[in-house]
Amino acid sequence: MKSFTKITASLCVVAAVVPIAVVAKNMLSRDPEISAPDIAPSSELIARGEYLTRLADCQACHQVKGGEPFTGGRAFQLPFGTLYSTNITPDPETGIGTWSDDDFVRALHRGVRPNGENLYPAFPYTSYTAISRDDAVAIKSYLFTLKPVQAPAKKNELLFPFNQRWGLALWNGFFLTDRRFKPDPALSSKVNRGDYVANALGHCGECHTPRTLAFNLSDRIYAGASLEGWNAYNITSHKEYGIGAWSDEELKRYLLEGHAPGRGTATGPMGEVVEYSLRHLKADDASALLSYLRTIPPRPEGFVANVKESSMMTAASGSLPVATDVIEPGQRVFERNCASCHGWNGGGVQQKTAALKGLRTIYDPSAANLLQVILHGTESSALPGRSTPMPPFASLSDGEIADLVNFMRRYVGSGGKKIGAGDVADAREYQH
Amino acid sequence: MRSTFTLNINDERRTVTAPPRMPMLWVLRDLLALTGTKYGCGIAQCGACTVHLDGKALRSCVLPVGDVGDGHITTIEAVGRTDNGEKVQRAWMEIEVAQCGYCQPGQIMAAVALLNERPAPADFEIDAAMSGNLCRCGTYPRIREAIKLAATGKTDAMRTLVIGPSADSEVKEP
Amino acid sequence: MLRRELLKTGAFCVAFSLASKNRQAFAKSATPADAGNAAFSPNAFIQVLPDGQVRLTIPNVEMGQGIYTSEAAILAEEMDLGLDQVIVDHAPASPERYTMPLQATQLTGGSTSIRGSWDVLRSAGATARLMLINAAASRWSVRPDSCEAKRGVITHIESGRSLDYAMLVDDAQRQSVPDVVPLKDHRRFTIIGKPWQRTDTRDKVLGATRFGIDAQPPGHKCAAVIINPVWHARPRLQNAPLPAGAHEIVALDDCLAVIADDFWTASEVARTLSVEWDYGRCTPFDTAQLRKAMNHAASNAEALTARHDASWSGRTPAESAEYEFPALAHAALEPMNATVACRKDELEIWIGTQAPGRVLDAAHRLTGFPKERIQVHNHYLGGGFGRRVETDQVEQAIRIAMKVDYPVKVIWSRATDIRRDLPRPPFLDRISAALDDDGFPIEWTDHITGCSIFTRFAPQFMREDGVDPDTVDGADNLPYSIPSVHVRWTPFDMPDERPIGWWRGVGPTHNLFRVECFLDELADHAGIDPYLYRARLLQHSPRLLKVLHLAAEKADWHRPLDQGFGRGIAVGKAYESYVCAVVEVDATSTSEIRLTRCVCAVDCGVVINPNTIVAQIEGGLIFGWTAALWGELTYAAGAVEQSNFHDYRLMRMNEVPSIAVHLVESDEHPSGVGELGTAIASPALANAVFNATGFRCRRLPLVPAIAEHVQSNSGGLKQRLDNLVSSFTRQGGEP
Repeated sequence: MKSFTKITASLCVVAAVVPIAVVAKNMLSRDPEISAPDIAPSSELIARGEYLTRLADCQACHQVKGGEPFTGGRAFQLPFGTLYSTNITPDPETGIGTWSDDDFVRALHRGVRPNGENLYPAFPYTSYTAISRDDAVAIKSYLFTLKPVQAPAKKNELLFPFNQRWGLALWNGFFLTDRRFKPDPALSSKVNRGDYVANALGHCGECHTPRTLAFNLSDRIYAGASLEGWNAYNITSHKEYGIGAWSDEELKRYLLEGHAPGRGTATGPMGEVVEYSLRHLKADDASALLSYLRTIPPRPEGFVANVKESSMMTAASGSLPVATDVIEPGQRVFERNCASCHGWNGGGVQQKTAALKGLRTIYDPSAANLLQVILHGTESSALPGRSTPMPPFASLSDGEIADLVNFMRRYVGSGGKKIGAGDVADAREYQH
Repeated sequence: MRSTFTLNINDERRTVTAPPRMPMLWVLRDLLALTGTKYGCGIAQCGACTVHLDGKALRSCVLPVGDVGDGHITTIEAVGRTDNGEKVQRAWMEIEVAQCGYCQPGQIMAAVALLNERPAPADFEIDAAMSGNLCRCGTYPRIREAIKLAATGKTDAMRTLVIGPSADSEVKEP
Repeated sequence: MLRRELLKTGAFCVAFSLASKNRQAFAKSATPADAGNAAFSPNAFIQVLPDGQVRLTIPNVEMGQGIYTSEAAILAEEMDLGLDQVIVDHAPASPERYTMPLQATQLTGGSTSIRGSWDVLRSAGATARLMLINAAASRWSVRPDSCEAKRGVITHIESGRSLDYAMLVDDAQRQSVPDVVPLKDHRRFTIIGKPWQRTDTRDKVLGATRFGIDAQPPGHKCAAVIINPVWHARPRLQNAPLPAGAHEIVALDDCLAVIADDFWTASEVARTLSVEWDYGRCTPFDTAQLRKAMNHAASNAEALTARHDASWSGRTPAESAEYEFPALAHAALEPMNATVACRKDELEIWIGTQAPGRVLDAAHRLTGFPKERIQVHNHYLGGGFGRRVETDQVEQAIRIAMKVDYPVKVIWSRATDIRRDLPRPPFLDRISAALDDDGFPIEWTDHITGCSIFTRFAPQFMREDGVDPDTVDGADNLPYSIPSVHVRWTPFDMPDERPIGWWRGVGPTHNLFRVECFLDELADHAGIDPYLYRARLLQHSPRLLKVLHLAAEKADWHRPLDQGFGRGIAVGKAYESYVCAVVEVDATSTSEIRLTRCVCAVDCGVVINPNTIVAQIEGGLIFGWTAALWGELTYAAGAVEQSNFHDYRLMRMNEVPSIAVHLVESDEHPSGVGELGTAIASPALANAVFNATGFRCRRLPLVPAIAEHVQSNSGGLKQRLDNLVSSFTRQGGEP
């Protein structure tokens, strides 16, 4: 019940400051930058726009799995209901075909549609607001080269009062800093570029930075957060809780190839980020992003993912476990469905991307990502070492999956309390 | 897209031209006509495609040819040349494990790999090594028994009589 | 490339028909080709060749059940040959000639091979032997009964003269077919009853066996098929350039075939191809709607009476129950495939099929080629289970092959194999009983609702009263002594009229389950031990009673079990055989039901090969438990939701209990064993689960039903509220 109370309380706060917020909104509504004529796109602009569209990772959200790119329809399950992304192909009726440059820029910078309606901040305009007008227009130019597809928006399913769009104006009044990115002169241009790639375009913080009660991003930058059943891990430079101990090579491989041996394999939402966005990074942007990530202040939040040297997994060979007094039910699930690819020593059998050793997923005490990967598997991908994706194992019963998770965590020597069938049922609620 | 690979298969050098992502299963079956290795699921859930890479059991349906390198691939066609392979195949015949037989090459390859690592496997090890291999005919009890027979030379299971000129004139009870 | 007669000329050949026990059905002939006439059409041949080999050509198909070896044993026994001296050939496809006795076409299924061939094969073997002895006797001018035969050598006992069968080929050919032929006494059997290693075993172990999927005719290419899991959907291929790697794309009205040099490349292209589908003729039903429709049919649609005892008066039942069965996939390990070469005026097919005759018919129908221009090479089957009696996949392959000018191997991906299966149909069965004072049934009322397979597959087998005999098999022929029985069947069609098919165990899989579980319910109601309860009702079924007692005794039935463990029993007659299974389970974990032990007693008449019978029972039980625990095809928008072994679950090594099979010694006619274990496995298991947990599961599969039961018992609304709250707290944003 704790969260209910929290949310209700924050709503009261919002309601109490309505007048102030309205004023604030009005003050913000006149930005001279958003009133320029449309420019004629050059092929160079379109090419730049395509690259920026990838960096801004538009596609991952604006398509359903396996669906037509940029036509929207993807569901976002939030605590207050379900939102659907929209069609951003240049279809005049159901897409953005009639939008002017100004319209597009206003949406990115302020979260407002041409008809004045506020967009929900699941669309990351609080990050995109930092994108320069030039880059925004480049993105639009590229989107306008796509094949227009008729794809009407799905109706959002939000609880009252969250289904009242006017409320967002108030929220924006509080939490939207309508300001473009300004380089910090104290830092190198490389780090500044990395900041822009990470925060303005890549909107990493939208997932990795914890939110406050009012659902805005807190100042605990990149300290890790959960959404839609997944945990976006701590990516601060903390050596134990974050990625401070990862070598440059590991970090680069993870970002560009989605897999760093002994560190992690990007799956779920992060897998999509690599698939649609990060793997396209040019070398200098990749290096800039890496440099920027190193500057994130360490925060000891979350959990430590050290390989436990004394675990059963470490003692096993690739093909056989060590003897135990009792065989847990979860071990039987593992040997039926998991061992063929992951190996008893977690080393990965056929594809090294299937290695478990060192993955934060198996040490996370909440088991959130572990559950989601078991339930949904992974996507097929052209990334190296992923010729065959992991199938979803949602047909296992809740009890069996709980057994499996509990076994795996005991097997690898990670912490976390035992989960039950109910936790698996909860994890199933998220439809990706 | 396609590259040329020189592979070590059953102690022979075989050269194939294939996309690096092409699974070994199809390299063996469709490019090299080694059809003993079977297709069952394509997602490493049935084990019908099990081969050895340097003596270890792998699911060839998810093993890209580009990842094999200099490793030694052994298939059902040649596993009988190894001691454990010969022992396992003999045990498989003695207590007649196979029914339809389609999954058996994979079962045998998994069993041989198990014996390569554990000459006398315990039941839990048989479970651990063999539970990834499906058999729709349900020959599991005999697979377990045949592995034990191969490992120890002993079994309580019914032994088959081999058909031959001498076998039926003086039939002895098994 | 046309069909060559397998049988050579210049041999002594006894032609006979498995379809008839009539002595007129025997003839000698030089070749099978001239054996047939209007009055007599033989479908099996024994040939003694001049080189001493004896070949048996017979229409059954080997698919792991050991039929070649068993039939060779029967023949060798009656012909006084060594088993090594007999070679079994399976017949080329020719339904006219190789029709199976209990199938009315050339098909292997329904546990009928041995049942159908025992008498006549023995008789034929004995006939051949006698004709050879007569030939030898007349050459020596001695009385035939002064000669004996052993291992293909005839010896005149007094003089010690001897002749090989091979030397008598011409003489035997001139003998008349004897009218009376004595058969060997069972006690003199030296081959039948021994655990012979199957003739197919060696190659299977060495990986040398060629299954249908292993056919690689010269110049062939491989095809991956894109077909919608929704029946009647039609593809519209986008006009795009031919993707790299693909040789060509063949478009048929219901599917597309991507053809490449190898199957993987074809599949990869198929995966990335953008196809639009026309769903105009589809019915997008889901599982809930299917269940509702069956329920509606059961309550409202007309029911046909399968059995109505005159004494049945419709008393108020004391106990009644509704049992529900899902659709089931075959999931043979070898995915459906066929290789076809279509030339100008002839067709060649490489396939592993249970029904070569049906394949030939289908090929003839599709191509219009005369049957003698169509050759079906039948390979070994990587599992049949009833799936490979169908011709849907090979018909598709033929249609593809007709559009290309090279042999094409069409393989279905595992997903297509499961989603386009012709499944065991779902059933909804209602059963009730009125009881006497002791709790035993005096009136038994059974109402089955479900699809008929015979209507499509072989309408000539439908009963005159309109009832599909398969749907009520095991229900209208109850072995129990119940005074009044009333059995009805309501036909039901799948919402989009998609075909459903034979599945290992056929009708008895649901009928035995319901009867045996309901009987358990009645025993529980009466407070009587379920084994003793059955024993009392089986007083007039001595063979069943025998297996019941045998299984109970070997299973140590009365030994107490620990808390959380359970033991269940089921007994039944099916495929003319008698079986009882006792299953023990460990239900101490909330998340799994573990089978720990099974004892099974079987009376299948004369034991021809104990090893293959036990293997069939073991495998059949595992097949049955797999279905009982997890087997279910579910539907969404008209499509099967399962696609591979991660979601269509099969039992694995670490789930299999110890299994002991005890065979009853018997002189009775041998009967079916291939499906026996499957039919008895599930009720014994469900009864054990009830014994362990107190939960009577009336809807299969068991595992989801048990999980649902556990969940509904552990909280209901409160549980759901807790879940809601915890989902909020987990979203709270704090790491």
